[in-house]
Amino acid sequence: MSETNLSVAMLEPIEDLGGVAQPLLQVNGLTKHFPVRGGLFAAKRTVRAVDNVSFSVAKGETVGIVGESGCGKSTTARLLMHLMPRDTGDIIYDGMSVGQSLSLRELRRGMQMVFQDSYASLNPRLTIEESIAFGPKVHGMADGAARALARELLGKVGLVPANFANRYPHEISGGQRQRVNIARALALSPRLVILDEAVSALDKSVEAQVLNLLADLKREFGLTYLFISHDLNVVRYISDRVLVMYLGEVVELGPVDQVWDQPAHPYTRALLAAMPSSDPDRRTETPPITGDPPNPIDPPSGCRFHTRCPFAEPLCANATPKLTALDRMGHEAACYMAIPGSGHSRAPKEETV
Amino acid sequence: MTKLVEISGLNIRFTGERTVYAVNDLSLSLGDGEVLGLLGESGSGKSVTLRALMRLLPKKRTQITGKVNVMGRDVLAMNEEQLSSFRGQTVSMIFQEPALALDPVYTIGAQIAESVVRHEGKSYAEGRARALEMLDVVRIPSAKRRLDAYPHEMSGGMRQRAMIALALACRPKILLADEPTTALDATVQIQILLLLRELQREFGMSVIFVTHDIGVAIEICDRVAVMYAGQIVEQGTLRDIVRSPVHPYAKGLLASTVHGAKRGQRLETIPGTPPSLGERPHNCSFAPRCAAAQPRCLEQLPGNVDVGPGRAARCVLAEPVTALS
Repeated sequence: MSETNLSVAMLEPIEDLGGVAQPLLQVNGLTKHFPVRGGLFAAKRTVRAVDNVSFSVAKGETVGIVGESGCGKSTTARLLMHLMPRDTGDIIYDGMSVGQSLSLRELRRGMQMVFQDSYASLNPRLTIEESIAFGPKVHGMADGAARALARELLGKVGLVPANFANRYPHEISGGQRQRVNIARALALSPRLVILDEAVSALDKSVEAQVLNLLADLKREFGLTYLFISHDLNVVRYISDRVLVMYLGEVVELGPVDQVWDQPAHPYTRALLAAMPSSDPDRRTETPPITGDPPNPIDPPSGCRFHTRCPFAEPLCANATPKLTALDRMGHEAACYMAIPGSGHSRAPKEETV
Repeated sequence: MTKLVEISGLNIRFTGERTVYAVNDLSLSLGDGEVLGLLGESGSGKSVTLRALMRLLPKKRTQITGKVNVMGRDVLAMNEEQLSSFRGQTVSMIFQEPALALDPVYTIGAQIAESVVRHEGKSYAEGRARALEMLDVVRIPSAKRRLDAYPHEMSGGMRQRAMIALALACRPKILLADEPTTALDATVQIQILLLLRELQREFGMSVIFVTHDIGVAIEICDRVAVMYAGQIVEQGTLRDIVRSPVHPYAKGLLASTVHGAKRGQRLETIPGTPPSLGERPHNCSFAPRCAAAQPRCLEQLPGNVDVGPGRAARCVLAEPVTALS
């Protein structure tokens, strides 16, 4: 990452401590519940936004998170960035746990985020150059150096600095603003960038431009991405591994091709089958599942998908299935049908393990 | 096929602090029982065109010229009274955000009943009965109970079904759909698309379906008009447009979908951004972004060239094709 061909000084990135084998990010049992006030006599209720989520992100990898609204993917991102306190769980950045061996200030340099709403995430009173230079200045860079860096980064994201540096966010288009947000995220030399629906609000032709840009920047700056999206096509295109979330839980994870070609969880299968067809002669004939995702306030017991699952059996409502390895490639699913000897009629026999 | 909707030479301009030429010289027609897709990116004028068909644009700030004929009647010449009987009964519309389109202080049943009472002169009790029937039609479970539900008590997919029930309550001939599935989750979107497809057949309606998503258009449309910068740049059957687009913008739009792209491979993109629409187009609006642009593209507005039966493109490249065939 030190060989980036920038002509100006960047902030020194957080040192790579653990080497290649150590995951850049390790998340264990991350949980966030929001209390909701019920009526006067109603029992207190909670939104289980993120429930016992564990995963890791290797260095240089792109991990995708997919799921429908309310599945907790954005809350997960915010918890990772420490934009809100978590209830329980560990977030370990390159072997260092935040708050102990790594300060929050250092974490923010090592991990940056790009949000969906490109306009709301920029200060309307700052010019684009000032917005990008703001972070490095907070972290001790001199004003002149920070502005030079901002202009350099603008060039890197495909915006001519002379034309854009002194403009305000409202003067440029959505695609251009998202490029500015990406430049701003890179200004602190992060090693991990969280992209939370970063291309979802863009038009298709602009989306393709930004995806190409992300691929270029990843190569040039040696970045690791956590890519959150509801668009399965985009996630498949950009990710190496993928997590499928449903109502605050990870229901399936693994290398993207394995998950796409052999989805093990019925929710993943439904999600994939719900993608509109790309062939006029082969339209979708029957909806893969019926109904809406349930309210994350007091989600269903046991497997949270059992209320919509065509294969649900009594045991599914009783206890939550654990993520279980399906092969040695890291493909895991939380479904009794994938757990040998679980008691589900479609589960494989125990001895096949 | 008889034409239910005939639009020719439609121009829509918004005035105010700055002038926006939102729709320029647009012509299209809609046949009986046909589903026409208006496909385009944000700002291409697809929603504006749809709203003009129902005269929903703010009167003071909008200048509309051209011809809009719906079932032989001139929509642009209607007065308020004629308009309000025209809306709902002849043409009806569903919107992207049902939470905003439905009235939050009335129950679903009351809203549907009101529209039946207002448009068909029936009694309120008959209106309620129709409301119940409609909720069944859109497959809302336990419809009887849902009649007395307020919009905020329903989930997004359920609300969208309720809005479709409201729009179809007076059996309109034409349904206008403005991105009705864009705000929905993937698993719900496909349910609503299939429902609309089924209802369209069942009711024998014609539909104009606005979307930015080619996949959605593929699931529901018979014919597609691709819009760019306030103009239709290409129209034809869904198959023709998807399989062999002629206009470079339509080509680029189809090529830039991520679907089927290999990881690590670069995506094809259309460089640049759409024009600002601050002035009336006098040449091809797409020329600055077009790889195949020629000097004459900048000199004058390319004409609408017939490429085949029911198929036209607004591009100089389309011309030699017709000369050969």
